[in-house]
Amino acid sequence: MKNVFGFLISVALGIFIILALANTDAFPAFGDVDLTERISNAYLDINNVEQVGSANLVTAIVVGYRGFDTLGEVTVLFISALGVAFIFGGVKQKRLDLDFKPNFMLRVGSNILFGIILVTSFYIILHGHLTPGGGFPGGAIIASAVLLLYLADDRFRSNVKGFKVLEGVAGSIFVVIGLLGLVFATAFLENFLPAGTVGNLISAGIIPVIYVLIGLKVGSEIAGIVDNFLTEEESA
Amino acid sequence: MIQYAAIILFVFGIYGLFTNRNVIKMIVSLNIMEIGLNIFIISIGYVGGGSLAPIISSTQDLGLIYVDPLPQALVLTAIVIGVGTTALGLAIAKSIFNTYHTFELDEMEESA
Repeated sequence: MKNVFGFLISVALGIFIILALANTDAFPAFGDVDLTERISNAYLDINNVEQVGSANLVTAIVVGYRGFDTLGEVTVLFISALGVAFIFGGVKQKRLDLDFKPNFMLRVGSNILFGIILVTSFYIILHGHLTPGGGFPGGAIIASAVLLLYLADDRFRSNVKGFKVLEGVAGSIFVVIGLLGLVFATAFLENFLPAGTVGNLISAGIIPVIYVLIGLKVGSEIAGIVDNFLTEEESA
Repeated sequence: MIQYAAIILFVFGIYGLFTNRNVIKMIVSLNIMEIGLNIFIISIGYVGGGSLAPIISSTQDLGLIYVDPLPQALVLTAIVIGVGTTALGLAIAKSIFNTYHTFELDEMEESA
């Protein structure tokens, strides 16, 4: 009974959404978009692109035009990591036991893979203004490397305090760079370094610097969440 | 066309939220809803006619068509927030399991 009722409500909602979208100008058909009517036309303007200096326009929007939004986004992620730590709470010392005993090959192999994954993540973070990727995916890859060590090594315990210091320092430098924009330019988080040539590794002013900081902060936050899930209170 | 697929995913998530009483399955349903919404937001930025990903490959204006980068930037934000809320939800689920030793909401009410 409950399933039928839920099914009917869901189908009615889906039909309602489709009908509501089909008859408006705000939602044209798929692929039938005219960008000259949208604000994105300004982001795609070649003069604006050269002024910002970031080849990846998504990065230009996320860190350049809407850097303040990104500061808030990083703060939301920080607060959710704080909430996870608060819920699990307590002084946790013991990590969860694995069901199996990892042998020598698994431990050494996962350590080698850890280095390769870390190098990949730094590549993705550093090229955030040139190629797809950036601080957020790179940070998630850092956290996945830490998760790999947790799953493959039964004695591994990450340096949680180091992660917390790294996270705090990265977030503080982000805010300090924003304030420097207030000093050397006119607005918070405004670019005060030369934009350089579009497509070079060292270009786009403060965008790569901020993306590296975001990558470190996101990586340490998610690694902290992983650590929180995989440890438990010492049952003496 | 892909917009309808996104709406159908969203409706799947709603249906899952209505019918499931398992905490983990409810979190998974929320994530399916979120993926549907993200696909929908990205799809409204697609420009037809051989458009490229919004990464400038040449500073000369060659008349290349790029898709709208703004929905992608907003979805990047939404994905990160989704990771945060999912982590928080799973943390609450784990603490529920530690208290009641079950993920089913019905069994919790019986034991309470």
